[in-house]
Amino acid sequence: MSPSQLYLLTLLRVLIGWHFLYEGLAKLFSSYWSSADYLMESKWIFSGLFKALAASPAVLKVVDWLNIWGLILIGLALMLGLGERIACWAGALLLFLYYLAAPPLVGYNYSLPQEGSYVIVNKNLIEMAALLVLSVFRTSQHLGLAYFFARKKVSPLNQES
Amino acid sequence: MKEKEKEKEKEKQSPDKEGVSLKLTRRDILKGLATVPFAGALAISAWEKLSSEKARKRLILEELGLTEEAPPEEVPPSPKKKELIRIGIIGFGGRGESLVRSLGFAHPDWVKRKAKDAKKNRFDTGLQDFLNQEDLNVVITGVCDIFDIRAERALATAANDVRPGGGKGKLPGAKRYRHYQELLASPDIDAVIIATPDHWHARMTIDAVAAGKHVYCEKCLTRTEEEAHQVYEAVKSSGLVFQLGHQNRQLESHFKAREIIKRGLLGPVNLVETTTNRNSPVGAWVYPIHEEAGPHNIDWAQFQEPAPHKVPFSLERFFRWRCWYDYGTGLSGDLLSHEYDAVNQIMELGIPHSAVASGGIYFYQDGRDVPDVFQVVFEYPERNLTLVYSATLSSGRNRGRVFMGHDASMEVGSNLVVTVDYGSTRYKEKIKNKVIDLSLPLFTFRPGAKGIDTVTSATEKYFAQRGLLYTYRHGRRVDTAHLHLKEWLECIREGGQPSCNIERGFEEAITCHMATRSYLEGRKVYWDPVKRRIV
Repeated sequence: MSPSQLYLLTLLRVLIGWHFLYEGLAKLFSSYWSSADYLMESKWIFSGLFKALAASPAVLKVVDWLNIWGLILIGLALMLGLGERIACWAGALLLFLYYLAAPPLVGYNYSLPQEGSYVIVNKNLIEMAALLVLSVFRTSQHLGLAYFFARKKVSPLNQES
Repeated sequence: MKEKEKEKEKEKQSPDKEGVSLKLTRRDILKGLATVPFAGALAISAWEKLSSEKARKRLILEELGLTEEAPPEEVPPSPKKKELIRIGIIGFGGRGESLVRSLGFAHPDWVKRKAKDAKKNRFDTGLQDFLNQEDLNVVITGVCDIFDIRAERALATAANDVRPGGGKGKLPGAKRYRHYQELLASPDIDAVIIATPDHWHARMTIDAVAAGKHVYCEKCLTRTEEEAHQVYEAVKSSGLVFQLGHQNRQLESHFKAREIIKRGLLGPVNLVETTTNRNSPVGAWVYPIHEEAGPHNIDWAQFQEPAPHKVPFSLERFFRWRCWYDYGTGLSGDLLSHEYDAVNQIMELGIPHSAVASGGIYFYQDGRDVPDVFQVVFEYPERNLTLVYSATLSSGRNRGRVFMGHDASMEVGSNLVVTVDYGSTRYKEKIKNKVIDLSLPLFTFRPGAKGIDTVTSATEKYFAQRGLLYTYRHGRRVDTAHLHLKEWLECIREGGQPSCNIERGFEEAITCHMATRSYLEGRKVYWDPVKRRIV
């Protein structure tokens, strides 16, 4: 990785981390937020599954909790650069689930406001792809808390012991 | 030497390579902590943003003197030991059966059907909701319906022990009476529910209180003004508990709306607009006709006895009675009555000074004589206010129930939204200081916001939007008719007046009849508060 590749990929990692972390915090501190509205909007072949999650108050509580803490932990991991690969995969999975719940396919309209115009590809899908890219570069081993561990792992002292 | 130094330098820079030293250099620390400042920046900005939003919300709530929580219930609390009340049901059509379910009794077929529905669609929680209902400690001991099949259905319902608090096998079952007067004469009945067509309401209520029975009567209170006076006198002088079936009086959002009006948060309210939009044959009262029904199992003579015009046996008229003035008052008594009562509950308007109505039979030209498009304008000069009602049965466009004030407007259904007006005097400073953002509602109240409503049919959706099906208590979804019946029963046991007592019922009936008279007579009608007559 050239320095400019490293810096730009790290920038991407930090920005996505910021996005995840703040999404999580905003939900955590809003007493009214629930994933129910989004889930009930679900269309396409998996809509039954997503709506079923919203239908049961007990399940919904778990989904909300997982979503909030998933976003926060993934965000923290990406920003600080620790557990990056797991965070990338988990984040990509979460985004893919958001995408599957409400894909912008031709003929589908959603009542929840969208911030752009999409067909098939939306920002969830792009952010997901960006996370997959990050998962193979592992910038945190060069810039981020993981650097300390990466350093240790390859040290001759460890190899000897 | 120089090469060795260079190698050492390299080792320090690239930890990936072998032979790196564990000693942390400043450079190592910088690399490891490079992105931490970003997390710090986020923490600071997130804290700033969230706390400013919180402060703004607190400022607004303080200014409004409101809390976020649901308002205290206006329903009297349940006493610990509940005395058994024996109920007679008069009229077991769709509404009667649904009211009896709200009381805690369902027909075995309904239970079976809902169990199947729940298996097919996990959103259909109808059966579970029914079984979770509070046991009101009542039994159904008498049923009266002039259509044999419905009377049989009522008997089976009264004896079905699959119910809230059921399974004890103690249900006495009900006796069928062919005439309501025989039911009223029975000593085994303490109170009656009247769910017949409107043309029977007055006579049955008057006879019931004369027989010493408490009454829960469906809206509209009566078919005519004259009957409204008679019912009012009879109920007032009886001292018995009377409740009119406007179950949306139990809505949490209505309690909140009352609070908002009482605090004057909207400023002077000059215009209230309320509507009915439905777009289906059932919504337009083209109810299904039972395939086994005929003159052999319907007591037609009894059905039309109080109707002004006598006609030969008609299945259409029997099942779709709302389409004719002989038995009801169309949109006035069926749906304006709900809308008016909601506004009356929230603003305590009482009977209007005047009414002008217009409309026509524009879509359902199926032989009915009541309009399917209907508009009424009511004036309240003493309150400096106009109430507008507008209805169509052939468009499903959702129009809210809106209270328009100088400072803010409020839309009330099962949710409630208050939006500040850009020309507001009261909030002028706050708008200027950006404490109030005009692009957002000032206040939103969503009962049960964390749960999900699973409403299955289009008509049900209409009713749910208008708050006619469910409300919330302590975050749990509850059937409003159940709460309305419960309130009536509590008043029978404990004394006191239910929320839609005869005073409110009289106001409802007169207001609806002013609209009907204005439409039929093609003129503006007035309420004379001294003579207490429509003129």
